[in-house]
This record gives sequence, structure tokens and C-alpha cells, in this order.
Amino acid sequence: MDHVSTIEATKAVVTLDVPLPGIIWGWMITLNMWAKSIGTGVILVGAYLLYRHKKEDMPNLRWMMPLISFIALNVFLLFTLLDLHQPLRMVNIFFHPHWTSAITVGAWMASLFTGLVTLMLAIGLLDAFPEVGRHLGIAKTIRGKTALYEKVFPFVVFLAFPVTMYTAIIMAEASARELWAAPAEVIQMLLAAFMVGSASFILIAGKWSESVRKDLSWILMLSVLFSFLMYMGEYFFSFKASEVEATLAYVHSGGEYFVQFWSAMIMGYIIPFFIAFSSLKNENRTMMRFAAVLTFIGLYLAKSTWLEIPQMLSLS
Amino acid sequence: MKLGFLVDLNLCMGCKACEIACKVENEVPLSSWRLRVKYIDIGTFPDTSRSFTPLRCNHCESAPCERICPVSALHYLDNGIVNIDSSRCIGCAGCMMACPYGAIYMDPESNTADKCTYCAHRIEGGLMPACVVACPVEANIFGDIEDETSQISHYIMEHQGDVQVRKPEKHTDPKHFYVGGGNQTLNPLAHERIEGYGLFNNITHLKEIGDTHHSMLDRFLNPIFGGHNDHLKNESFVDMPNDASHEEGGH
Repeated sequence: MDHVSTIEATKAVVTLDVPLPGIIWGWMITLNMWAKSIGTGVILVGAYLLYRHKKEDMPNLRWMMPLISFIALNVFLLFTLLDLHQPLRMVNIFFHPHWTSAITVGAWMASLFTGLVTLMLAIGLLDAFPEVGRHLGIAKTIRGKTALYEKVFPFVVFLAFPVTMYTAIIMAEASARELWAAPAEVIQMLLAAFMVGSASFILIAGKWSESVRKDLSWILMLSVLFSFLMYMGEYFFSFKASEVEATLAYVHSGGEYFVQFWSAMIMGYIIPFFIAFSSLKNENRTMMRFAAVLTFIGLYLAKSTWLEIPQMLSLS
Repeated sequence: MKLGFLVDLNLCMGCKACEIACKVENEVPLSSWRLRVKYIDIGTFPDTSRSFTPLRCNHCESAPCERICPVSALHYLDNGIVNIDSSRCIGCAGCMMACPYGAIYMDPESNTADKCTYCAHRIEGGLMPACVVACPVEANIFGDIEDETSQISHYIMEHQGDVQVRKPEKHTDPKHFYVGGGNQTLNPLAHERIEGYGLFNNITHLKEIGDTHHSMLDRFLNPIFGGHNDHLKNESFVDMPNDASHEEGGH
């Protein structure tokens, strides 16, 4: 009878309906966003380091930066393709583009960006390793165009901003999911790029100068701090549509996504912040590498939570 | 010409003839629906009523699905219908994420997005949509809302003050109207989906949309790890407190 008394409450209750769609954009889209943040983040952070420091302070940056970016961008593009239900029709984006769609604009920009990063990688690698492909005609041609690296780089940095942020516009266009609001997501995407961009370099910065490593600690510390504060603002003080309130109330009530969200915040934001903060005074490279790895994990979990929770809401 | 739809919820008796007619006419696969009728029980026993709400694409004038589609698979026809070209769809599911009404599904057979087109192929041939023809009580009213002499225009004028659309706050300008609706029937946050209290089915979420083995990666991994047999998952978190103090088109 207890159950019956629950039902008797003054409520409107759905008594017959079809099954509702669950998670439509799942782990592949999370991985897509995460990898893109790395691919663009190393370019943005690398540009800042090159502006602030001498090249001799970070001897392998010239080829490591495009290499990391190239790998991450290819992971991003691969999983973008794999998530499509008709992957072979991806070419339609180029042959039948619809320019009001951020997916289209983003695909074009990301393709151009990846092409330019590939060019930088080829030049950077062949310059760094003179023995590689010494007798190959194409290698000789590329070595003859070394100056192109510096000419292309400003465009790549410029392009890294929209490539980082366009997914936020896609999410904003997904107007059924109120949680994904454009201004907040744009800033979060940018901060995510700085988080994992600096984390990537922290892992390879063992032989870089101390001042460069200190800068990386600063970037990591500030980016995780601001990103964390934004998440807290949205999580606790959201003044958005009732759908967002319902979504967040679901997370607040506990369960799988509650655990995932707070694991992400602790691992990817709170711990790295304190490690980076303490490292500014007394550098501990091992701990900084640990912080970098946690940042990667935490960002993935945070992105995953934020992507999936609004999809649990019934739209009809 | 701007084609629109109106459902008089005071007339609808939940027979689901429209749902079946749509399935047959458009060969909608199992586990997918272009049109469905949702049952909602409102009130406190013995003062209760059951409301039936047919749900389909709203053919919005400012359609988020059309805007987000990267290849113009979703496009407007001259008569205002938001149509879909399945042969162009890449299956990104952006439209499913954009539609505030949950009206788009991924066809498990074609692996492309699909939805109600107001039976555009029938209209082209001078016929009414299948659901309109099947309705035994003429609760579905279809026609040109720009034509003041059309039945739908008359109906809208006669029921001024009682004509509603779903989620007007989304500013999508739907061309699908309801008479006799209200918050409990049209707002998904205003009614509960309680596990175990369904008349004929449990409240379920589909774990996968479309073909569970749709992606290239799945094709490689499934022979190793097996398929997704647990594709029906009993989960729903819409459990919002609400008050159903008045009846809305119920029976």
C-alpha cells in the first residue's frame, strides 16, 4: 500500500510511453573534445613559451609541439569519424557544406589546422634529425623550406583559438540541452586547452630551463583554478532554464554522475592546483608530472559528465 | 503556404491509430517512432483523468535541427515542412541533440536520422498525412495556416486562448499546435516517469540509438567483446515534484 499512496499524490504521471533515447553523444565525443584540447592546447601554450623564452631554453619544442598536436588531432579526427553513423559520407561536409552549422565550420577549420600542423611537423622533424630521409627528394624539398615553419606558425596559433572553441558553438546549437550554454562552454574549452597544453609540456619539460617549467606551472595552476571556479558556479549557482535545474538536481542527488563529477574536480583540478602552487616555490618535477597526468584524467571525466548528464533528461 | 498541424487533445482518445498509420505509411522500423501517443494520468484518486498527447515533429519555423545539420540533409520545403534527405545524412546525430522535442531518431536500418515529414510524399500527391486519415475522431487537423479559410485556421481562431505549442520558450516557432493541452501534458518536466508504474511497459531509456554496431570501431570490437544485448536500460531521472490541480484534455 505504500507504493499506492505514493502514486495517489497529486501528480501527473506518465503511464504509457515509448522508451526514451539515452546517451546519444557518448565516450567518443568526450574523447574527441579531450584530444582536440590537447591538439590545440600545445600550440597555444607553445606559442606563449616561444614568445616569453629563448628557443635554447626548450630545445625540442620546435618538433615536439607539432608532434603532440599532430597525434592528438588525428585521435580527434579519427573518433569524430568513428562516431558518425555514416562515416564514409563525411565527405558531404566538404561537398555539401551547410554554413549555419558549427559542425561544418569546425570540420573545415580543423582540417586546415591539421594540415598546417602536419607541415610544421615535417619541417620540424627533418630539421631536428638531419639524418632522416637525407637521400629522399621530398625531404630535401621540405628542408629547403625551413623558413616556412615560422611563417605558418602565426596562422596556426590564430586558428587554434576557433578550433579549440567551435565545439562549444556546436553544443550551443544543440538547443535541446540547456546545460551547454555558449559563453561558459567557450571559456571552458579555452581553459581546457591551456590545462592539457601545459600538462603535455610538463611531461616532456625535464631538460627545459627552470623559468620555462615555472611558467608551465603557472599556466596549469591558473587554468585549472578558473575552470574549477566556472564549474562550481554552474554546479551550485546555476540560474538557467528549469531543464538545467532538473539536470543538476539529478547530479546533486548522488549516483554515478555525482561520483564522476567530483572525482573529476578533485583529480583534474583541486590536486593539480595545489601541486602546481607548491611547485612555484619548491619545484618537484615528479609531483608536477603526477599533476599533469591527473589533469588529463580529470579533464576527460569532467567533459564526460558535462556531455552526458543533459542527455538523460526527457525532452517529451 | 505554410502547413501546420493542430491536435485537439479534448477529442483524442488515445487509440494510437495515428501512431500505427504513421508506422505503416513510412515503414518506421521497430524501436523507432515518428509519431507516438503518450498517456499521462493526472490528479488524485478518485478525481483523476487520463490525458493522451500525440507527439511528432513540430516543423519549427526556426528549426534548430535544420541549423545544426552540417550537410543540409534537414531542409525546409516551400510549404514550410522541415524535410529530411536520408541519402545525404552523415549520421552525426547533431539534429537529435538540437531538437528540443525529441522528435528525431536514428533509423537502425539506414543509420541515418529520420523524423515526421508531415507525410510530405502524400501531400505532394494531394493526400492528407496518414495520421490525419486514420484518426477516428478527427482530432488531427492539418492544413495551410496562412490560408484564413482553411479548417486549421478556423480552428485556431475559434479556440483562441486555448491554442498552445510545446516549449514556446525555445523560440523555435513550432507549426504544430495543441488545443486542450496544459503544463502537465506538454511540459516534460511537469510529469513524473515512475519506474514500475507503467501500464504496459517499464519506463526505459534506449542505451544505444540506431544500430548498436553502427561504428567502424564497433565492427572491429564486437567480434572480440560481443554485442550490446543490454540495450534497454531502466533509467529515468525526471522525477520532479508537480501539482496537477486541473484537468487538461483528459478523459
